Amino acid sequence: MQQVNWTALTIFVLLFGFVSWLGFAAGRWRRGDMDQLHEWGLGGRRFGTLITWFLVGGDLYTAYTFIAVPALAFGAGALAFFAVPYTIVIYPILFLVFPRIWQVSHKHNYITAADFVRGRFGSRWLALAVAVTGIVATMPYIALQLVGLQVMIGALGVSGQGLMATLPLIISFAILAAFDYSSGLRAPAAIAIVKDVLIYLTAFTAVIVVPLQLGGYAHIFAAVPREKLILAVPGPNTVGAYGSYATLALGSALALFIYPHSMTGILSASSGHAIRRNATILPLYSLMLGLLALIGFMALAAGVDKMPEYALGFKTYGANFAVPALLLHSFPSWFVGVTFAAIGIGALVPAAIMSIASANLYTRNIYREFLHPTCTPKQESQMAKWGSLVVKGGALVFILFVPTQYAIQLQLLGGIWIIQTAPAVILGAYTRWFDAWALLIGWAVGTAVGTWMAVEVNFAAVYPLTIGGFGLPGYSALYTVILNLGIATALTPIFRGLAAGHPVDETVEADYVA
Amino acid sequence: MNDIASQDRWSWWYLLFVVEAVAVLWPPFYNRVEPEWYGIPFFYWYQLLWVVISAVLTAIVYFATDSNRR
Repeated sequence: MQQVNWTALTIFVLLFGFVSWLGFAAGRWRRGDMDQLHEWGLGGRRFGTLITWFLVGGDLYTAYTFIAVPALAFGAGALAFFAVPYTIVIYPILFLVFPRIWQVSHKHNYITAADFVRGRFGSRWLALAVAVTGIVATMPYIALQLVGLQVMIGALGVSGQGLMATLPLIISFAILAAFDYSSGLRAPAAIAIVKDVLIYLTAFTAVIVVPLQLGGYAHIFAAVPREKLILAVPGPNTVGAYGSYATLALGSALALFIYPHSMTGILSASSGHAIRRNATILPLYSLMLGLLALIGFMALAAGVDKMPEYALGFKTYGANFAVPALLLHSFPSWFVGVTFAAIGIGALVPAAIMSIASANLYTRNIYREFLHPTCTPKQESQMAKWGSLVVKGGALVFILFVPTQYAIQLQLLGGIWIIQTAPAVILGAYTRWFDAWALLIGWAVGTAVGTWMAVEVNFAAVYPLTIGGFGLPGYSALYTVILNLGIATALTPIFRGLAAGHPVDETVEADYVA
Repeated sequence: MNDIASQDRWSWWYLLFVVEAVAVLWPPFYNRVEPEWYGIPFFYWYQLLWVVISAVLTAIVYFATDSNRR
């Protein structure tokens, strides 16, 4: 392995130490009663526009994103840029749908999407499906944050044999687990501010300084192979790469905000207005993500993959090493420390929120609903704290003992699974027309067919659908949620006909608006 | 604050969201190299520019539909 980069490592450790302290101190910020689940798990729903901006930005634009999107650009070229239209179309969805969900959740003290579905459709089984889907989809996502952290630690030159090799990862995760346990959602909210400042510093410095070093953007794009510079123009009778690109963007966008960690970030806002305002200011992160994607091309132009000092890194981490290698190549050690800390802390924030979100789901929609309906608020909150430890332990074990490839494949499946809850959650915000059983059957079929599609194409996101000889390659999550919705729509009148009486709905239209 | 009737009606301003979705989800609009801007192919700067445009459009929708609610 390469030499330990002591300057960078020192800065990295200092910044890590600072945010760890901040994580513990955050428990006293806008202090609340931590024996209440909405205090521990949603920060008391007290975050205004600015804190929500940091929190949701830190939540959605994860460490893994910052490594994987440039890595995809490095390997696959233009296709990686689907992240830009994806992160553009998420904001109209946020603007239109989520203030309503915030409002009704505030009114009825819903903590999770499954709580909302339970109240709206009166079905504990549909709520269970939403909760289990959320937990299962989130676990590999947490594991991938660890992959991001692992790549950064490795790039600092820290290595060892056996347990020593993984000790830094275990220590950082243990600290994360401890401050999460004691401070709840306030910890990632406070740390997100530091993380985002560092990430913006890294991103904007990189996109200005590196092109200067490499002789301008024209030179950088000249290094990209011609066939990867833009999308391949589709042949006759197929939508080709255009279909993949657009469906990946749209499907990912529909899935994003129903992930439990997104929901947790959004529900912790102090009002629907704070969410709407965030739909206008969060795109700054999209801009940064787009610029970061270009870093993949800069790594190509700099030729870091052909430099002997980074050979081992590329061998160990593959294209994910493109970003750290370029940063090591382009910046002095002290700034490398800052940038690596930015990405490393960028792993902690979403990992913290994801484990809190999963713990909320388990506690509310499995433990209280099925196992211990008479639990006190204090017991409920305590169970969530333990739950967050279990989730993080699980993710850590996963990353230590299972090949990274499986985490990536499971995360892909997670996207396909989570989108199947969209009809109940997103359309549920507007209408109670659907029957709960019809939604449940749609969810089951969508999940099964989506999983089958992914396995069929060896865990690629794009499935080569063909209808009447016309090729429609596209994101299997989008195709299967359309199938899911079709089934739910077709079955709803049938179930209505079978069932007598009024559908149950504890919410009324006025609950959804301020 | 309590003016429910004005809250969640359809607003024509929402059409701006449709405009931005079509602009970025239809690759034939932007899948080309020329014209370049400071060496950046059209494909890339067009989409980055739309990040900014869509933020402005969302702000317009916000002020047009949300101003009577504070």
